[in-house]
Amino acid sequence: MITAASLVAAEGNNPLIPHVYELVVGIFAFAVVVLVVGKILTPRIQKTLAERTEAIEGGIQKAQDAQAEAQALLAQYKEQLAEARHEASRLREEAREQGAQIKAELREEAQAEARRLIEAAHAQIEADRQQAFAQLRAEIGRLSTDLAGRIVGESLEDEARQRRTVDRFLEELESSSAAVR
Amino acid sequence: MSTLTLLTAPEDKFTPPGLELFDLPPIIAGVTWFTKPVLLALLSSLIVIAFCWAAFAKPKLVPRGVQNVAEIGYTFVRDQVARPFLGKDADRWMGLLLSIFFMVWIWNLMGVIPVIQFPVASHIAFPVVLALSIYILKIYLGIKHQGPIGYFKNMMFPPGLPKPIYVLLAPIEFLSNLIIAPFTHAVRLFANMFAGHIILAFFSLVGFWFLFEKLTPLGAPLGVIGVVMTIAMTGFEMFIQFLQAFLFAMLAAMYIGNSLHAEH
Repeated sequence: MITAASLVAAEGNNPLIPHVYELVVGIFAFAVVVLVVGKILTPRIQKTLAERTEAIEGGIQKAQDAQAEAQALLAQYKEQLAEARHEASRLREEAREQGAQIKAELREEAQAEARRLIEAAHAQIEADRQQAFAQLRAEIGRLSTDLAGRIVGESLEDEARQRRTVDRFLEELESSSAAVR
Repeated sequence: MSTLTLLTAPEDKFTPPGLELFDLPPIIAGVTWFTKPVLLALLSSLIVIAFCWAAFAKPKLVPRGVQNVAEIGYTFVRDQVARPFLGKDADRWMGLLLSIFFMVWIWNLMGVIPVIQFPVASHIAFPVVLALSIYILKIYLGIKHQGPIGYFKNMMFPPGLPKPIYVLLAPIEFLSNLIIAPFTHAVRLFANMFAGHIILAFFSLVGFWFLFEKLTPLGAPLGVIGVVMTIAMTGFEMFIQFLQAFLFAMLAAMYIGNSLHAEH
């Protein structure tokens, strides 16, 4: 073993003794890789990975925002719909009330008109009656004096007296008829 | 021993491969430093840089092709190596750790790539460069973040132990942190690749020797076993190669983490 080791060492072949030129090349190779991969390229991919995380998180945030917005819109629409329904029922109620009011007013008017017509008719009737009565009164006076004259036969010369007598009679008659009424 | 047997071996006798596997002549006669491991080390750096450049030079928010593959490597190193040991400092050291992981892995993979078939890390100089860099960085960071006295005090006198223990513990901690740790850091990688290469060379030589060089009815089954074992061990070796790259980067992260924040 010792001979083998010494032989190997003599050949510069001991695997545990590094060659100087390999150390130099190793340092160079390692330095180049660290410089290019470690210092230049790694920051780039780190930046991209950070951006990707941000993009994904941003996308999720955006989706959440959109959902919240949709929810808000839906709530708004529902509210508007309820409001519209409420408004419609209110209008219906109002219309019904108005209808009822109009109906009542019309009825009132019609009744008033009817009353007015009836009153006018009453007045007309009264006037006619008065007129008829006045005519009748004159007629009756004349007729009854004529009649009475014929009956008693020219006994009643004084016309004035006759007229007074008739008038008194008629007034009595009128007052009695008024009392009866 | 094997060198001796190789030197004295007759032509028709099977001799298992030995240290001569790692003793490679210069590629260009006269240029003594330009050997296969040197070429492969440079090639590995080139591959790592080219791969990472293709993936990360202009990274896309929605990754495609090679960027996808490299991102798997990045997130693996970040989540399995950097974050467990460095926590919130992980991102700052990702450049170094990613470089180490990719580089060691490519070095190791050189051992199974057909025709190339030589793990760079089986020449101890290369692991030594990485381990030594981490060692220097570790001490620098320790002194910078914990103070020149605080660093050694935290290392050798962890608080909360009965006083007499320190008589025993302080030298052990000093030895393990400042002498054994960097040594094992380099040698673990080196020895794994060294042994792996010998095993692969041995089984492939068994197959080649008994099936092609000296084909005999008695030797042929042995040759078949050699071929089968070569295939099986190549798969196993690829696993070890990845594991060692992972472990090397993980230990680097651990050393850096311990220097940034004192152990408790």
